[in-house]
Amino acid sequence: MSSFELTIRPHKGWQPINFREIALYRELLAFLVWRDVKIRYRQTVLGGLWAVLQPLIAMYIFTFVFHRLAGVQSDGPPYPLFAFAGLAPWIFFSTSVQQSSNSLVANQQLVSKIYFPRLFIPLGAIGALLLDLLLSLCLFALLLLFYRWPISVEILWLPVFIAAALLAASGVGMTLSALNVKFRDIKYAVPFAIQMGIFVTPVIYPMRYIPDRWQWLMGLNPMVGVVLGFRHALLGSALAWPVVMVSLCSSLMLFILGLLIFARMERMFADVI
Amino acid sequence: MSSNTPPILRLDRVSKRYRLGRAFEQVETFREFLQRRFTARDRRDSGVTGRAAAQQSFWALRDVSFDVAQGEVIGIVGRNGAGKSTLLKIVSRITDPTEGSVTLRGRMASLLEVGTGFHPELTGRENIYLNGAILGMKKAEIARKFDEIVAFAEVEKFLGTPVKHYSTGMYVRLAFSVAAHLEPEILIVDEVLAVGDVAFQKKCLGKMSEVSHGGRTVLFVSHNMAAVEHLCQRAVVLEHGRLVFEGSAKDAVQCYLNNRSDARGNDQHIVDLQQAQHRKVIVAPLLKRLELFTDQGRPLTEGIPIGARLTLRVHFELPSATTSFNMGIGFNNAFGQRVFTAHSYFEPHRPPGEYVGAQVFTCDIPSLTFVQGDYSLRIWLEIGNSLADEIDDATFITVLESDYYGTGKVPWNGTVVMRHRWALGSPAPDLAKASPRLVTLE
Repeated sequence: MSSFELTIRPHKGWQPINFREIALYRELLAFLVWRDVKIRYRQTVLGGLWAVLQPLIAMYIFTFVFHRLAGVQSDGPPYPLFAFAGLAPWIFFSTSVQQSSNSLVANQQLVSKIYFPRLFIPLGAIGALLLDLLLSLCLFALLLLFYRWPISVEILWLPVFIAAALLAASGVGMTLSALNVKFRDIKYAVPFAIQMGIFVTPVIYPMRYIPDRWQWLMGLNPMVGVVLGFRHALLGSALAWPVVMVSLCSSLMLFILGLLIFARMERMFADVI
Repeated sequence: MSSNTPPILRLDRVSKRYRLGRAFEQVETFREFLQRRFTARDRRDSGVTGRAAAQQSFWALRDVSFDVAQGEVIGIVGRNGAGKSTLLKIVSRITDPTEGSVTLRGRMASLLEVGTGFHPELTGRENIYLNGAILGMKKAEIARKFDEIVAFAEVEKFLGTPVKHYSTGMYVRLAFSVAAHLEPEILIVDEVLAVGDVAFQKKCLGKMSEVSHGGRTVLFVSHNMAAVEHLCQRAVVLEHGRLVFEGSAKDAVQCYLNNRSDARGNDQHIVDLQQAQHRKVIVAPLLKRLELFTDQGRPLTEGIPIGARLTLRVHFELPSATTSFNMGIGFNNAFGQRVFTAHSYFEPHRPPGEYVGAQVFTCDIPSLTFVQGDYSLRIWLEIGNSLADEIDDATFITVLESDYYGTGKVPWNGTVVMRHRWALGSPAPDLAKASPRLVTLE
């Protein structure tokens, strides 16, 4: 008989996060990411091209509408590059939030028939989208050549801001997926919130359009730091560190909050879903 | 088993309460949640909380305690709704108990449904890996057993095909095969043998007993009493969430079957279907009443002898005028197997026209040729080709031994009896050669 021993008893209120178990099941997280990557573009003609087409088309439309028609100026680089550097992380974030918030309900069968750390379901959905983000960054390299814009040493910051994007997406994704099990309102609220979200994140416009005294408030939006950071790393744009720091802290807090809410609500998933 | 070894699995006063009403219907919008919160407060103010709350919840399990020793195969039997599934869900950690605790002293894997996590778009090969990982296998472990899994499932040729193109049989075989190759110390199995073709079911049973002889501890839930008796040494019987019997598998099965027939009252040839417990209402509770008669229109008050007439009169209601409606009555034996389905569709001659309101369907079976035993009836009503109302375990009938063949010898085996003839003659010398379909018995 193994020394393994486990007691199942009622849980009430806030729960500690079981990191040991997460480590034990880590291979499964990789499998769930792999599954989502495999099935995302099954039976599509364009397949993985969708990952790069979306930001590319959005880039041209935004350039036409906001730059040409509305006269929005970038903070230095050509506007299409400026828009793309913001769109790539924004599309990653918005798709992640949409897919992860619905992930538990979409995987009802798993939740009600088998046990494993349920955290992996929303996280797996986000992990798979990371590949799309990396593909769109490859396209960005081609765009840099096309617009003859130099790569600066700031590119080294990129992994940090990709990690920040992951934190922000996971924090929101975990919270909303857990709430969605109980309150299906989330399903209707998320697409709307995402549509509005792009306007309170400097994706279309540079940060200098926001009055200085309100910039800290913008910083509470976790994606502000991510978008500004991506522009800094990809285009060498100057970085307003105070705002970015506020925003990164906000991402981290959201992530921790997401973990706690998820762990608290996890015990009722199977009964309510 | 020595008494100083701690049990590998111990259930200690495990209870689970579910809430009825809105919360039990599972999906609640945020507004409803707020409304519930507020109405709850109002009720508390007016002082009726206690009783109202008690009525809105029920105990799916109540104070269930038992131990399982290492290497033991234990069966869990009980009717639908007795709490078996809830028990398994708690032991496999899918849901928390409301009270009590479960202690596990070994790696556990649960198999509440075959093919959990199978994705239709993925190929057979991909699903083996994914499903294995979901069931708790390491990647290296799956790779090592891959060939064995494929061979057991007999799907070698289709490994590269998405499973959505598989037949049900292939799908089930593959799913079971992955699960059968798990190597946990405690295996929890629910009803998986209710699927697949008969040959594969036998293979699964073989694999299961192999598993149990390998010293593995198995918790096994099934409606198949033969499988429980065959595989388990010990069994527990659940009834309305409580443990009512614990002992040898044979005695437990007997206890279960007895309880089943006790549930039917004595003078019950009229069954009020409006009080039915296992009802699946699709449109409205349209099935109202069931009356049972036997030869010469006598009410059926006790058992019915083999071969006697059974006449069923079902009172029901059609909510709107329709020309197209049908009724089915299914007979399941004590092992949960469907023995016979009577369906009005097979007898389409009915005065034409539209029908509405209260109606009575009479189903007359001139000779009921089931072997002795208890049978449960499922009754359903279809309107315009879709299910409108359905009742499981609407009632039970007991078929009694009788001299069906008129020879003074009582049939004792099989599922049904049928009139048949025997003839004896001397073998024609060339017959065996001429007809290859004749099998010689040795």
